[in-house]
Amino acid sequence: MTEDNLHSIEEELNGAQIVLKALQEQSVQVLFGYPGGAVLPIYDQIFKQNYVKHILVRHEQGAVHAAEGYARSTGKVGVVLVTSGPGATNAVTGLTDALMDSVPLVCLTGQVPTHLIGNDAFQEADTVGITRPCTKHNYLVKDVNDLSRVLHEAFYVARSGRPGPVVVDLPKDVVMDKGAYTTAPRGINRQRHKTYNPVTIPDRKKIDVAVDLFLEAKKPLFYTGGGVINSGPKASKTLTKLVDETGFPITSTLMGLGSYPSSSENWLGMVGMHGTYEANMAMHDCDLMINIGARFDDRVTGNLKLFSPNSKKIHIDIDASSINKNVIVDLPILGDASVALDDILDSWFKKSKLKNRSNLDSWWKKISKWKSKDCLKFSQVDQVIKPQFAIKRLYELTKDMETFITTEVGQHQMWAAQFYRFDKPNRWMTSGGLGTMGYGLPAALGVQLGNPGGLVIDIAGEASILMNIQELSTIVQYRLPVKLFIVNNQYMGMVRQWQELLHGGRYSESYTDSLPDFVKLAEAYGMKGMRVEKAENVDEAIVEMISTKGPVILDVVVDQKENCFPMIPSGAGHNQMLLGPEDKSQQPVSEEGMVLV
Amino acid sequence: MSSNLYEGSIPPAIFHDNQVFSHTISVIVDNEAGVLARVVGLFSGRGYNIESLTVSEIDKNSQLSRINLVTSGTTQILEQIKAQLGRLVPVHNVIDLTSKGPSVSRELALVRVDVKDDLIDELFKISRIFTCKIVGLDKNSYVFEIIGKTARIDAFIELVSQIGSCEISRTGIVAISISRDS
Repeated sequence: MTEDNLHSIEEELNGAQIVLKALQEQSVQVLFGYPGGAVLPIYDQIFKQNYVKHILVRHEQGAVHAAEGYARSTGKVGVVLVTSGPGATNAVTGLTDALMDSVPLVCLTGQVPTHLIGNDAFQEADTVGITRPCTKHNYLVKDVNDLSRVLHEAFYVARSGRPGPVVVDLPKDVVMDKGAYTTAPRGINRQRHKTYNPVTIPDRKKIDVAVDLFLEAKKPLFYTGGGVINSGPKASKTLTKLVDETGFPITSTLMGLGSYPSSSENWLGMVGMHGTYEANMAMHDCDLMINIGARFDDRVTGNLKLFSPNSKKIHIDIDASSINKNVIVDLPILGDASVALDDILDSWFKKSKLKNRSNLDSWWKKISKWKSKDCLKFSQVDQVIKPQFAIKRLYELTKDMETFITTEVGQHQMWAAQFYRFDKPNRWMTSGGLGTMGYGLPAALGVQLGNPGGLVIDIAGEASILMNIQELSTIVQYRLPVKLFIVNNQYMGMVRQWQELLHGGRYSESYTDSLPDFVKLAEAYGMKGMRVEKAENVDEAIVEMISTKGPVILDVVVDQKENCFPMIPSGAGHNQMLLGPEDKSQQPVSEEGMVLV
Repeated sequence: MSSNLYEGSIPPAIFHDNQVFSHTISVIVDNEAGVLARVVGLFSGRGYNIESLTVSEIDKNSQLSRINLVTSGTTQILEQIKAQLGRLVPVHNVIDLTSKGPSVSRELALVRVDVKDDLIDELFKISRIFTCKIVGLDKNSYVFEIIGKTARIDAFIELVSQIGSCEISRTGIVAISISRDS
């Protein structure tokens, strides 16, 4: 069978009509974009139809982050449309962010007409060249008759295997030419591609070996990541069941938060640089580490030489290149997390009947000793608001609602990860891999569009939010009731913290003078602005924010010098955590550590 | 049970070995625009070595190209390279010829030697030993064609460069497994 007869040819349309028809066939309801010369024919077609709703952002980076928020909160592919040249280059940060955090996106970029490509034409950029390393795949469509096939393939590639962003570059003549529309492959061909067919079904023999290790382990630990969430809500349900059945402790990466309910007994909190003491000590001391859909990122492992020295490691991942990349494992299992979890549970039920399992009492005793350190403690004494207190109160006052949290990047992000607790997947949207300041505001608007009834809150820092502050205008235009909870310490807090710990307290350029008045700024955009400066008023302010129907900025003025603890200093191991400011002089950061980011 | 733990995968001990190996890897790809840039960009972006690289279409009807490359690294790096190549969308197949079993590799070089009259006999003697052809000549300049393994070509070049000044053009290696893919 050739590629051609997998599709059926339907009718002749112009390129722009083909684009819109393909989007409709792919069930795209929301499109984030910004017009320009090269994409005018597509915008003309958008004008003539009602199926796809176009959201006009204020900057192309915002469009991509909004699509990321939409994708991560709904499990659908996020779609972006930008023009050629600066439209495409502005999208690059968002695309890289989506690549690092495995977010399925299709980004359509305008391009100068094919006969001008390479001539340095107005608003020309080598978009496929520029985006090649920051996308999962990209295409330049040179013939309108390839257009529908390429678009359908782009959606397939974006959502299959380890998800990621796909760029389709569309020269203006191609979207104006007439050509044939072909439907997406259906039925059995829907999940088959001539070259790209990721392995989803794990090797059952390896699953059985894994379960044998489960039964033998005296100090087991689940370490789960964003892969469980990307695998769909069913994976999170199966994971929860598996943890309950086995009684093993579990920790998650920043990206994995919500895949297992944080209110459960077995939950140890987040792992990594600003993870909990108990999670990191358990990673260090376990004798069996079961990694599901995480990638041994440097923020998680700390110093690789000191990383979990005495454990057997199982790694389940859909991306073969994630396995044995940073940490060498004993049992690699290639496959989709959901399928693997089903198989493990099945094997566990069979094997645990036949074989005695190890007693975990002493392991749990050890863990409760670590837990008793209460590593997230902080003291809210006077009226100066501690950032941890603000986020903890936000959690307490919103936890029973349909809440979705996005963040920017920095201290507030880590505090949000520590103090906001998630019981469901797809409720936590943060820039993990790339660490993109300016992610949270546009992401929040995308989340709100995907979840119209949800309470969407961007826990932000005052420095980060300014990086995409123009999207307030988008929020207001579409009447999106997004809440922006700015943890305002006037510093780039994480930069300041590192300067304090590593650079002798020389706060080089990390203080922002002349910040805008966020209350007036909100009002200037036509939304509600509030400020809270005293601890005793925090609850009241949060309640007012969430009970306001429209969008709100709540500027929470917090302690300027608070640091984010616990912390694994650069170059240190999991068992060398700093628990608080009193710890910091004990272990100066090594020279090797200083080089690390 | 631990006996079958490492069945079907590479045991950690082998990964922990820091010895560097040179491997010849063939990548079968769709012959589409940008595919070579994807492969080369992967190597430069992730800091892997390319010691040799050849590309050519091998099947006109199905538009397939074969990229042969020689790279070096520890087992961990080599496995990572193969996994990274394998996940590129236009890649059909990644074949590690070095670890897969017997294979042959060849390279072609064109070497122009500019030589003084009194050394011509010496030059011809060497070229006869290496059974290379003269494919072009000018006054006191001879262009030799030599085909063989990389080491053989290296040896020829080293010898003739002692006789006269050389300009060298090499294809890089092409390689193939001697038995049918299982």
